Amino acid sequence: MSFLIYLINGLSLGSIYAIIALGYTMVYGIAKMLNFAHGDFIMVGCYVIFTICSTLSGNTFVGIIAAIILCTLLGVTTEKVAYKPLRGAASPLAVLITAIGVSYFLENLALLIFGADIKSFSSVVSWQGLSFAGGDLKIQGVTIITILSSVVILIVLQLFIHKTKEGQAMLAVAEDKGAAMLMGINVNKTISLTFAIGSALAAIAGALLCSAYPSLSPYLGAMPGIKAFVAAVFGGIGSIPGAMIGGLVLGIVEILSRTYISSQLSDAIVFGILIVVLLVKPTGLLGKKIQEKV
Amino acid sequence: MKKMKSLVSVMAATALLAGTIAGCGGNASNNAASTNGESTATETAEGTASEGAASGATFKIGSIGPLTGGAAAYGLAVVNSVELAVNEINANGGINGYQVEMKGEDDELNAEKSVNAYNTLKDWGMQFLVGSTTSACSLAVSENTHEDNMFQLTPSASAADCVNYDNVFRVCFSDPNQGLASAQYIGSHKLASKVAIIYDSSDVYSSGIYQTFAQEAPNQGFEVVSAEAFTADSKTDFSVQLQKAKDAGAELLFLPIYYTEASLILTQANTMGFAPIFFGVDGMDGILTVENFDTSLAEGLMLLTPFAADATDDLTVNYVKNYQEKYGETPNQFGADAYDAVYIIKQCLEEAGATPDMSVSDLCEAVKSTIVKITASGLTSETMTWDASGEPNKEPKAVVIKDGAYVTAE
Amino acid sequence: MAAKKRLRDNLITYGIVIALYLIMEILMKTGNLSSHLKGLLVPMTYYAIIAVALNLCVGILGELSIGHCGFMCIGAFSSAVFSKLTQNNIPTAPRFFLAFVIGIAFAALFGFLIGIPVLRLKGDYLAIVTLAFGEIIKNVINAIYFGVDSKGPHISMNNVMELGMEPDGQVVINGAMGITGTPRDANFTIAIVVLLLSLFVVLNLMNSRDGRAIMAVRDNSIAAESAGINVTRYKMMAFTISAAIAGAAGVLFSHNITSLTATSQYFGYNASIMILVYVVLGGIGNIRGSVIAAAILYLLPEMLRGLNTYRMLIYSIVLIVMMLFNWAPAAVQWRQKVAHKFIKRNA
Repeated sequence: MSFLIYLINGLSLGSIYAIIALGYTMVYGIAKMLNFAHGDFIMVGCYVIFTICSTLSGNTFVGIIAAIILCTLLGVTTEKVAYKPLRGAASPLAVLITAIGVSYFLENLALLIFGADIKSFSSVVSWQGLSFAGGDLKIQGVTIITILSSVVILIVLQLFIHKTKEGQAMLAVAEDKGAAMLMGINVNKTISLTFAIGSALAAIAGALLCSAYPSLSPYLGAMPGIKAFVAAVFGGIGSIPGAMIGGLVLGIVEILSRTYISSQLSDAIVFGILIVVLLVKPTGLLGKKIQEKV
Repeated sequence: MKKMKSLVSVMAATALLAGTIAGCGGNASNNAASTNGESTATETAEGTASEGAASGATFKIGSIGPLTGGAAAYGLAVVNSVELAVNEINANGGINGYQVEMKGEDDELNAEKSVNAYNTLKDWGMQFLVGSTTSACSLAVSENTHEDNMFQLTPSASAADCVNYDNVFRVCFSDPNQGLASAQYIGSHKLASKVAIIYDSSDVYSSGIYQTFAQEAPNQGFEVVSAEAFTADSKTDFSVQLQKAKDAGAELLFLPIYYTEASLILTQANTMGFAPIFFGVDGMDGILTVENFDTSLAEGLMLLTPFAADATDDLTVNYVKNYQEKYGETPNQFGADAYDAVYIIKQCLEEAGATPDMSVSDLCEAVKSTIVKITASGLTSETMTWDASGEPNKEPKAVVIKDGAYVTAE
Repeated sequence: MAAKKRLRDNLITYGIVIALYLIMEILMKTGNLSSHLKGLLVPMTYYAIIAVALNLCVGILGELSIGHCGFMCIGAFSSAVFSKLTQNNIPTAPRFFLAFVIGIAFAALFGFLIGIPVLRLKGDYLAIVTLAFGEIIKNVINAIYFGVDSKGPHISMNNVMELGMEPDGQVVINGAMGITGTPRDANFTIAIVVLLLSLFVVLNLMNSRDGRAIMAVRDNSIAAESAGINVTRYKMMAFTISAAIAGAAGVLFSHNITSLTATSQYFGYNASIMILVYVVLGGIGNIRGSVIAAAILYLLPEMLRGLNTYRMLIYSIVLIVMMLFNWAPAAVQWRQKVAHKFIKRNA
């Protein structure tokens, strides 16, 4: 029975990683860059929801919509101002470092605006959840909503990419920017759209992350962000189902290793497993094999 | 050659930006004072007629803590409270008739940066250090204060080694002291026979308390049934630690951690229907003032703390009111310790009849020899005394949260 | 000709470091250096050293590592343990020298061991694995309890109680509390000597047969392999040397401050990325650039202290602007145009 409880906790944590990882992986797949500031977009989303819910209206739905809109704007603006000028730079590391700069910027801006003290977040999910086996096995409402949302997002993203024109354009840009341009695809617009979707996902992830773990601070996005990045690599970066699987596996592994091996060493164990997986499958679980051209 | 050029451009860009920034620096920090906890030198009582102000000599108190980064809440509380205390002292005529200046510096919770902050303050002319806020930083800085023979009174660095040098004293309890006191309190009040612990194994403070607590447990007739750790890198999900404590049948959960994580633990314990007695230490203070926190979750939480923000004595009421007015937040125990620290230094200086024109080393000797003689009274205890070891003697107060407020525990 | 130019180039690099050292020493001796700046000299130098080490890995070997502070951590802890144990038995000079030997040896050993799996991967996957190793090192050291008493050494991975120490023993590594009371042996002169030695090692390596082989592997590993270069061997060589130099930086680190803890602000991925920022801004593959960028970027937030809470915000903006100015193709073009005009006018 307790194994089942741990498993569900792992699923809950994992599905949050998964949603964040989906945003990471989309941006990576198309723009070929690691957006280190992604975790901080989550933080921005959380603060927006918090501010709107506690001061302006109190309606969580309005808060979430506002967070999605603001994060989308933030993502697109960041891309335009900080990342786009570096497209075609001599080294791909340049944009990575800039992303780190953006991450510092957002964290310190939030510190100035909202202060350093933590704030408690009211869950956006008011449903108590399900209870099984006479109350011994409880699944929280947030957990169920998170898992469902991640599945819905996965399906919608897959449909979007494979069934719509814009989605196809994304695939083409991911494959070969130059060729896509020749085919009449507006590369700039496609990349902006990707950032918009990725950032909107960050806002949703933020709402769910803070509902499950209701503590707001300017640095709340950094660690889940890096873990989700690990999850995205784990699943094969650039692959959307890979990010989903990677996130879930990471969450479950983290919880189970903390349970059955050591709570002090759980970080080391999670990273250790990542290394082993990458050694067996060097491009992640569902990653495309890199073809070496001679 | 091309690379040379790009290098030159880096340097040029840096110089340019640094120049512009320095130019508008004064302006920026003025704005900051009105919007956020700010730490510039205070010039509030500039016009007050006093012999000190007339001769231009002032006492200079420096303060160091993490003002940015994940631990900023603690450092800001310290630096803001020092500023608050200094403003009050200046408004009331200063120390021995001399005005006091203060300056706070950021160390980002980094011992190396803490030493840098110390050196900056030294250049500014600091005579006393109220800091560093955290243990590892304070320990690194104490090496320098010892070399310079500068008086260091750390408000909140609680690791045992922090006061190894004879010029370093502290206001808060030491970690071993807290672990011991907690274990003794639980034992003597027979609160539980099965105790679980959740601690932060990547944090000096938390592991320090945990170690002494666990060592003392067998002597106090209770059993530690589960001791689970978390780290700075994984401190959002506590379901495993809580589930283990629950499965082990713990009646009491000991939380030697800060309120930031504790608020999450209480929420998660509530959703999983786990309701033991929660027992915290001084880091737990602040939990009732977390914005938007459902205080009913903390109902029945016991903690050993020297300070309670909603105490009704005049001193605390004034402090909390002034702090809230100025910085828009409710101060925590870190701030209270720092506030006391400034007044302790004031008391020593008055006792010793010291003047700002004395050298740093002479001032240190004067304060050092006085602090062991005085009995101070402040926010964190009605009576505090020190011996040469640097440890304070004060009684930890056990409080329990009832109806969203601290009540003295029996 | 090429060889002569390279030699001149290297001499300029050493010259800059030595000149900087002399200026600082003179300022210090004449009492013109503020305590703040004086305190920054040693950290600045060891960050320059680790930037050189990382540039060897990123720029010369061409593999992105975001876990280099892990090697620094190993160098720091192994040497600090040694220094603490022999503090009362060996005089300072030979002890500190041995501490370097031990710190470097341990870091190199771990570099070698970690290099075996890591270098089989490519690109971002390799980067994430270095990050993972860095985090593992940090996490494991945080859980080590190590003490020595009359019965010999004791080690535990759980807590200090498990060591079962005799009363005469001393706990050397106390888990998260790390090592306290390491002798402060590092000073600016020693740090500069270490920096010069690391520059010497890396610059000579670059100009040697081995170095050319390493760069051939970076530029095209398949072509290099078909030309008879043992790709694995050269990759391992560069990675191990890089780790060893990072270890040397770690030794300076642990002997400069007395409280050593394996926490993220010193050895986590964030710290490693900070070093990467130095390398990228200084120019990937440009060793001299790394030294200068490390010095400037370490000083920058310190010099911004007057801005108080706005400090880190301004720093992040400066970082973004510098990146755009230095790397954006449009900015590069503009710079070239301006430089061209300037030269024409002067000619």
